[in-house]
Order: sequence, then C-alpha cells, then structure tokens
Amino acid sequence: MNRRLPLAGFASVLVFLFLYAPLAVVIVYSFNAARYGVEWRGFTVDWYVRLLDNQQATAAAVNTLQLACTSTFFATLLGTALAYGMSRYNFPGKALFQHVLHVPVFIPDIVMAVALLLFFAVVRKFLAGFELGMTTMTLAHITLQIPFIAIVVRARMEDCDPQLEEAAADLGAGPWLTFRHVTFPLMMPGIVAGGLLAFTLSLDDFVVSFFTSGPASTTLPILIFSSVKRGLTPDIHALASLIVLVSALTVVTVAWLRGRTEVKT
Amino acid sequence: MAESTGATTRQRRRRLRRTVHFGEPLPPGAHTFRASWLCGPSVLWMTLFLLLPLGFVIAMSFAQRGDAGEIEWRFTWENYARLLGHGALGFDPVQPVILLRSLVVGLITAVFCLMLGLPVAFFIAGLPRRWKGAALTLVVIPFWTNLLIRTYGWQLLLAPEGVVAKLFTAAGLLRAGEALYPGWPAVMLAMVCDYLPFMVLPLYASVEKLDWSLTEAAADLGAGPLRNFWHAVLPQIRPGIIAGAILVFLPATGQFIIPDLLGGAKVALLGSAVQQQFGASRDWPLGSAIAVTALGVMFLGAWLHTRVTRGHKEVGLP
Repeated sequence: MNRRLPLAGFASVLVFLFLYAPLAVVIVYSFNAARYGVEWRGFTVDWYVRLLDNQQATAAAVNTLQLACTSTFFATLLGTALAYGMSRYNFPGKALFQHVLHVPVFIPDIVMAVALLLFFAVVRKFLAGFELGMTTMTLAHITLQIPFIAIVVRARMEDCDPQLEEAAADLGAGPWLTFRHVTFPLMMPGIVAGGLLAFTLSLDDFVVSFFTSGPASTTLPILIFSSVKRGLTPDIHALASLIVLVSALTVVTVAWLRGRTEVKT
Repeated sequence: MAESTGATTRQRRRRLRRTVHFGEPLPPGAHTFRASWLCGPSVLWMTLFLLLPLGFVIAMSFAQRGDAGEIEWRFTWENYARLLGHGALGFDPVQPVILLRSLVVGLITAVFCLMLGLPVAFFIAGLPRRWKGAALTLVVIPFWTNLLIRTYGWQLLLAPEGVVAKLFTAAGLLRAGEALYPGWPAVMLAMVCDYLPFMVLPLYASVEKLDWSLTEAAADLGAGPLRNFWHAVLPQIRPGIIAGAILVFLPATGQFIIPDLLGGAKVALLGSAVQQQFGASRDWPLGSAIAVTALGVMFLGAWLHTRVTRGHKEVGLP
C-alpha cells in the first residue's frame, strides 16, 4: 500500500466540493439578478447595495455585533483568567470542573437553549421587569463561549515552557514584571485565537439566541431563519454571503496565528 | 520514541508550573487562594448559568403539565413513561419512534461521514508538511460558518429548478418539476455535509500516527490492498474512527434546524421534539424529559469518547 494514494486525492477533491457546495451556491445566488426563483438571470451586485436600505437587516446587524462584542469581551476576560488559574493552581473540585467545561462543547444546542429559557423564566418570576432580550442573550452567549476560550488559552499555556519564567526571575524580575513581559505575551496568541473563535460562535449562533431573545432583539441568524421560513428575498443571499465571509476570514486568521506562533518542541 | 519524550517534557513542565511560581516555590495553601479569584468567577458563572439551568430541566422533567399548559410541581414519572410509549389510550408510538429515529439517523450519519472522511484523512496526512495546516483549515471553515446558511444552501441546490434536480431529471431519476426536498435524502445529505469535519479531524490525528512499516510488512507477506487495510491499517486508526463516530453521532441526534428546514414534519429528531414541546405544544415537562434523554445520550457518548481517546493527544475542535 502506497503512502500517496492517488485515488484518495481524487476522492478528497469530490468531498471538498460536497463540503463547500451549499456555501458556494448561496454566494453564487447573491450575484443573481433574478428576483424570484433559482433561474440564473445575469450577474449583479445590486443586492449588496440594496442591503444597506433594508432596515430590518441593518438593525439585526447592529444587534448581532453588539451582542458578539459584549459577550466576547466578558467571556475572554473570564475564560482567560480561568485558563491561567487552572493551568497554574490546584483547587478542590478542579477535575470535576474540567468535565463541566466540556459540557457546552458536547451538549446539543437545543438542550442548552431550553435550559436557559427555563432558567430565565424562573428568574422572571422572582424579578419583576426581567425580560428576555439583549441581556439574556448576552448571558447565554458568555456561557457558551467561556469553555471555548478557556480550552484554547489553556492549550497554549501548556505548550509554553515555564523555565522562561524562571529565567526572568533569575534575572531579577519580580512576579508582576515576569507576568507582564514573559507570561502574558506568551499567552496572547491563545487569547486572540480563543476570542476570535468565541466571536464567530456568537455571530453564528441561532438556536440559543432564538430561545433567549425577546421581540426587540432580533439578530442576523434569527432574521435569516424567519426569512427562510417565509421565503427569501435576494438581498438576504447577499447578507448570508457576507456572514459566511466574516466567519471564514476569522477561522483563517486563527489558523494563521496558530501556525505562526506554534511552539517548536 | 519522539512521542514519549514529548509526553515527558509536557509532564515535567506541568509539574514545574504547579510547584514553582515565577521562580519561587509555591506553598500548597496558596493554590486554593489564588485559584479562587482567578477561577472563582467562571466557576460561579458556569454553576449559575449552566449547571443550575440543567438542574431545572431535570426537575421539570418530573413535573406535570396542567390543562392550560401551566406547570404543576407534583412528582411524576409520567413524562418518561410517555417517552417509552405509554399513552392515555394504550401504546402511543410517537415519542419512542422519534427516539429510535434519532439514534438511527445519528448512526447512519456517522457511517457516511466515516466513508467520506477516510480518503480525506489519508489525503491530508500524505500532503507535504506546510500544506497540512491549510488543508485542515479548509476542512473546518464550513463547520464555523452558519449552519442555517449551509442548510439553506441545500434548499437552493435541491430546489425543483435547481442544479441537482435538473441533473437528476436528465438522468431519468426524477420526474420534471419534482423537488428533492423535503424528505430523507435531503436531510441525510445536509447532515453528512454538516458533521464531516467532526469525523475528519480525529481520523486525521490517527492516520498521521500510522506506522506504515506494518503495511509494508503485510504487503511483503502477500496481503492484497483490502486485507492489508483490514489487518494492518484499520486496527491502528480504530481510536480515531470511534472518536469521530461519537463526535458525529452526538450532535446529529440533537439536530433540529436540518430536519426543520429540509425534512418537513415527518423527520422529527430528538432536537426537533424538544423544540416542538417547548414551542408550539407548550408541554415543557415532556420537552424536559426529552432534553434529559438527549443529555443522557451525550454523557454516555462523552464517557465513551474519553475512554477511547485516553492516552492519545486530545483530538478536539480546531
């Protein structure tokens, strides 16, 4: 059996085509001049321009970005501190908590969504004026994001050599200086990668958002879902293509960051 | 050999990190104190917004539903009995069928992902070093893009006048004007496409470590390609196959967007059933019982996954 399998190469190309077909077709149709149906009526960028006039879409975009930025900010803070603490210190129940961190990664979205819906419903009973909306969505998204950031940052920390810190201490740097100039810069690629992944997670989340959103907090995925249900206008194709582009760029950036800063052992 | 020295370096570093802090030895008592303000907030957060809500779901699964959809907190096993087919008028197959269907769909998805994932894993493992990272990134990009958009893409592809339908009609497999969705083929296509990255990553991790001298030995001893694959390759990549199958199977059973958009009403899975009960049917206790079942399936799978991948470098998400 040969290491380089020509057949595997051919099959892989087909699989990659299969993998990208649904994304490609949406992007292609975003340039289709036809207003209705799937017939090709010529190339246009009109739908991208029209998108700016679509008030629903712009409002949803603002909501989405606000949600993603706020939740990513807090989740990055919490998740980074968590990863740092867990890779450095022992505390009672740590092994158990490590398993808890993997729950949001494995759990079906829908279970997480209804659990939070139920939780917020209970809170609302005791707290008058607590309504479903941006706040509940932000809380939900932070919960989804913390484990991803913690796992990525922790993996990065495990790859770094603690002897570098010792060296800094030997050269007379105190704990703060060492952290500031050695530890933190080493952690930084992990923090950025984790933060970016968490950002796309929030940007693309539909299920959890759908269940924890209120009437005034429509995000882009929710808008797309309701448009798909009602029948899509072509400017939504343009919107979807833009979202795909942002996610893809983020993932490529993360991969690039990781490849560039990989620690050689 | 290289693998084992790598592991010991890792262990030594970890030990060092735990006992020495910025060059100073760290007394064991300081651990809990420092961890409490670094990890404390997140531990509290996950307890409040993950464990407590899941606890509510479990509690709710033992509650009763009043006539108007309100919840009565009286302990009952009824919701689970209904999942097993216990209805007011004798055997009611609705819920058991959904449960069985989810397991079967998850299994079929895993098998198809394995068949498509194997060549990709071998192909990427055979690439020159600098292309591997790029190829793996290419595999995970669809996973991180919006599932709704990908599912909608399948709607476009399989629509009555779409590309695939035209090809099928031309080949005589489909009558003109008929669509390929909603229905099972559309759901399975989208499912396999969606979960393929989960299969490729662990498979690739296994193939990458493959000891090729065994296959050469097998070939020298006269084994044909098939026997060679079965006896020399397959046992080596089994951990990757099992890990990948679990990673595909688990989320696939809980899926609800794909059945909703591509399957129509007949293709409800566990995820769709939860959504149905919490949404239109307003039977939160029953919905909670289904959610707890999905959770149970997940824990079983996660436990299996850690057992299988124990001793292997973590094959997780990108």
